[in-house]
Amino acid sequence: MTTITERSGAIPARATALDVDRIRADFPILGIRPRGHPLVYLDSAATSQKPRQVIDALRRYYEEENGNIHRGVHYLSELATTRYDETREAVRRFINAASVNEVVFTRNTTEGINLVASSYGQAFVRPGDEIVVSLMEHHSNIVPWQLLAQRSGAAVRAVPVTDIGELDLDAFESMLGPKTRIVALSWVSNSLGTVNPVKRIVEMAHARGIPVLLDGAQAAPHLPIDVQSVGCDFLAFSGHKMLGPTGVGVLYARGDWFDRLPPYQGGGDMIETVTIEKTTYAKAPSKFEAGTPDIGSVAAFRAAIDYLERTGLDAIHRHELALLEEATARVASLPGIRLIGTAPGKAGVLSFTMEGVHPHDIATILDQQGVAIRAGHHCTQPLMARFGCGATARASFYLYNTLDDVAALVAGLEKVREVFA
Amino acid sequence: MDLGALYEEVILDHNRSPRNWGEIPGAKHVDGTNPLCGDRISLSVQVDGDVITDIRFTGEGCAISKASASMMTQAIKGKTRQEAEALFERFHDLVTGRSKETPPDKTLGSLRAFAGVARFPTRVKCATMAWHAMREATGNRP
Repeated sequence: MTTITERSGAIPARATALDVDRIRADFPILGIRPRGHPLVYLDSAATSQKPRQVIDALRRYYEEENGNIHRGVHYLSELATTRYDETREAVRRFINAASVNEVVFTRNTTEGINLVASSYGQAFVRPGDEIVVSLMEHHSNIVPWQLLAQRSGAAVRAVPVTDIGELDLDAFESMLGPKTRIVALSWVSNSLGTVNPVKRIVEMAHARGIPVLLDGAQAAPHLPIDVQSVGCDFLAFSGHKMLGPTGVGVLYARGDWFDRLPPYQGGGDMIETVTIEKTTYAKAPSKFEAGTPDIGSVAAFRAAIDYLERTGLDAIHRHELALLEEATARVASLPGIRLIGTAPGKAGVLSFTMEGVHPHDIATILDQQGVAIRAGHHCTQPLMARFGCGATARASFYLYNTLDDVAALVAGLEKVREVFA
Repeated sequence: MDLGALYEEVILDHNRSPRNWGEIPGAKHVDGTNPLCGDRISLSVQVDGDVITDIRFTGEGCAISKASASMMTQAIKGKTRQEAEALFERFHDLVTGRSKETPPDKTLGSLRAFAGVARFPTRVKCATMAWHAMREATGNRP
């Protein structure tokens, strides 16, 4: 299987095979009327909406299946354990991991990155070492590494970003050296939408024996993922951005990485035997799942994965590109617009500024018309500084969005111009 | 909802042409930030005895935060620290909707243009950021 990363840009951004009307009927929230207008939800990069199938699975879990996992022999404990393990297998298949033992459940992407920064850092990072991130990272892929650097005496270095919003790969290559202990980069930028050439990045790092963590928060919801093809050592992503409930995320670690890392948190479920003197640990994935997890959300996450697989990630991505193309052309033609992030290979994220109008004011005026976008620094302040703006307005698209939503965005922006004339 | 209630003409005017824009060399500097959105304001304040003799600002932010900073500097200049604090309290009541039941507070003057903010809870911070920085600079807030 080829990943979309290597093909993006080659896919024609035409109207797609998605039956969006049928998809929209699955999302109850799309029927609400915020401030008297139909909801136009263009903030899926922050969190996606949930289909009825996921909501039903969550309710079914608490009404019929709730018990604690890996404990007890009663019916409910067994059923809850089954549901939990079924989702792990669904995740394995979704990202094409070689084994379910490479899949650990976390709360979210942030926790997955913190786990690696903590455990990998403790085992492998020493004073004088270097950690390579980039200027386009979300704060959650910067701050955990800064904390590690402070603890360990290592340094964080950042790959620069070009004017169109791509990683400067020549600079990246020149930063890789004998001191580099790990590379941590986003697969898809949450602020720019840029799809990074992750396979090539992994090859460049692996050629020097350096492991790679990918922040997949914006990739897993939108692109077909094949971790064996990409070859990354770690991949972190969140359930709530891909139709799942909040409270569940995934950390993938290739091969025996989880065996080589010390535990992140201690507690129940992650042990083999405990005496007051000494504890031996369970094997992965249990070793990294201390305490009772969010079992209900994990169980319902399965319904989200099923929904995405049934719809097809290729079809979803093509649909988003069609919306992005239309939105980019129409928004760019408005007066005073500056697009931030114009790389040829993008996911469905449109970031922009409007001359003389702060993004917050844009978002407030759009909100009064039922149009939900994000305004601010998107937890990417170094990137905002790179582009010389404190904030942008960001519209992000998903499988349930339509060309009508794009039209509502454009009409809303025309209203912004009126108010700020 | 009427957007005009939030974006009053006087607010748009101060957003376009902020008053008291700049720095006062040698004066006390305080930065105000809104970590949620990254907006920031840099305030310099000259206090002689108890009187705020000069106050200026720079920074970047939305129309509400910029206009609020601009109009705050106009309202505060020449006032004592105690008067400034009393004005802040009345302004705060206005933008948080606490003064909704009472008749319009004439002592606020043109600052009453911010009354609409009370209907936009996410924007209250924008309206008060410069005021909080001013209180810190004048020692009204520890």
